[in-house]
Amino acid sequence: MSLTLEQVRRVAHLARLEINDAEAQTTLGHLNGIFALIEAMQAVDTRGVEPMAHAQDVAQRLREDRVGEDDRRAAYQAVAPETEAGLYLVPKVIE
Amino acid sequence: MIGRTLKELGAALAARQVSSTELTQLHLDRIARLNPEINAFVTVDAEKSLAQAKAADARIAAGDAGPLTGIPIAQKDIFCAEGWRTTCGSKMLGNFVSPYDATVIAKFEAAGAVNLGKTNMDEFAMGSSNETSHFGPVKNPWDRSRVPGGSSGGSAAAVASLMAPAATGTDTGGSIRQPAALCNLTGLKPTYGVVSRWGMIAFASSLDQAGPMARTAEDCALMLNAMAGFDDRDSTSLERETEDYCREMAANAGEKPLAGLKIGLPKEFFGEGCDAGVMARVQEAIAEYRKLGAETVEVSLPNMQHGVAAYYVIAPAEASSNLSRYDGVRYGYRAPDYADLDDMYCKTRAQGFGAEVKRRILIGTYVLSHGYYDAYYLQAQRIRRLIANDFVEAFRRCDVIMGPTSPCTAFGLGEKAADPVQMYLSDIYTIAVNLAGLPGMSIPCGFAAGLPVGLQLIGDYFAEARLLNVAHRYQQATGWHLQTPSE
Repeated sequence: MSLTLEQVRRVAHLARLEINDAEAQTTLGHLNGIFALIEAMQAVDTRGVEPMAHAQDVAQRLREDRVGEDDRRAAYQAVAPETEAGLYLVPKVIE
Repeated sequence: MIGRTLKELGAALAARQVSSTELTQLHLDRIARLNPEINAFVTVDAEKSLAQAKAADARIAAGDAGPLTGIPIAQKDIFCAEGWRTTCGSKMLGNFVSPYDATVIAKFEAAGAVNLGKTNMDEFAMGSSNETSHFGPVKNPWDRSRVPGGSSGGSAAAVASLMAPAATGTDTGGSIRQPAALCNLTGLKPTYGVVSRWGMIAFASSLDQAGPMARTAEDCALMLNAMAGFDDRDSTSLERETEDYCREMAANAGEKPLAGLKIGLPKEFFGEGCDAGVMARVQEAIAEYRKLGAETVEVSLPNMQHGVAAYYVIAPAEASSNLSRYDGVRYGYRAPDYADLDDMYCKTRAQGFGAEVKRRILIGTYVLSHGYYDAYYLQAQRIRRLIANDFVEAFRRCDVIMGPTSPCTAFGLGEKAADPVQMYLSDIYTIAVNLAGLPGMSIPCGFAAGLPVGLQLIGDYFAEARLLNVAHRYQQATGWHLQTPSE
């Protein structure tokens, strides 16, 4: 399997990564090398094998519905690029 | 005091031969002298470290000291530490001063250990050479023209150059064991779920696990005692009884301390693809184990050969999801100029992430995208199951599995940086352990052309205490782990 330049651009957009033509070209070469390695996997017969998502076969814990953490909004927002009145600021999306 | 083990330092502190303040200052002085060249630390804060040392000295004076109280330990820069810059090796977090402590950091603080500084690493732990760090490559103290391994390369170089008595690491595909092998250290990746991942910056959440990097198995056991334990803030943390990981080492076992131990040697670890010098040292180590009373038995891990392929689907898939949080809104880097919100995301991420991280995000996004999910992601997860099943079969016939940690010794800076696939194959012997979620170690077992070689030990689930004892008995009979590089 080989990716195309168009696919690289599309995936970069899905991942919200700006990519210029030169980068897309280099990336295409690297990704095709990596996918050549990954493709070998297709030869393995996995019919009837349950996919393994996690190392331990345990169920998610439930907890009591009660407040467990302190309010540290000010400390957490202090590291944000831009905040105002306790809110995160982003460029305007609705005119 | 430089170059002593944690156990020796603990005894020296208890006997008042040295104070934590003196010990911390000694290591800070050494860092000031060696780090400009080695580049193992990205952040050092003498004031913070010395304040912790002072508090530790008060605890020692009050008779309230544990085995790690007052001992300086370097922390991989993947662990959030309150008030410390925490970068994960990335420009994206270059300005991030953590507002909270990771559970691992809080546990070391509770044990009275001193945070000696934050160590360099591959960006977001993605790499096997420490060359993807935004803060520059780390030099291997054994040969400064070579890499220390990665991703915990800064931690490995800090301990190997005696700038730190021990350090933490994290291991997603080999990131504790491979740098330990390349820098002549003892490193342990615990069973998935034993150490909390809370506050440890996520790479591939179903594989990431933190562990100790030190000079002896005894020191790793002391650190794991402090690090392990249930944490309700990590939904994958396992609820288990507290263990003393030193317990098996305490017994006086005589001349054949490992009598009855069955060592499984997977034929896939002993085939082609491994450097001859590495293989010779590994075989000698296994011969030493026979002298200690162990028996060896051939086992097979037939699906291990597909481990690297499955890993490079699963790990990037999880990474592409985890790293979507870096959007320039809540923390970290934001691009200075942008047209609108979408453009802000795209530019922030293009400028904030390095080339390897972007590659993995793209692989992950692709394999999870419509039309490819079954062929790649589910197929990789099925192979993951087959690999885990291979280990279950193998452990029916043996107690511990051994083989090389890395197929080669430390390679030259820049040697593999241009070819991602060559770099990925550095972890050919370590990746299967993460996919299965098993505990694995690397211990020093000699040198090939003057460079350290690591022996990998793999245990069954939750067999850390046994693995550590198996490593400890070898270290009592040999002296490879005590070798240090000349300055």
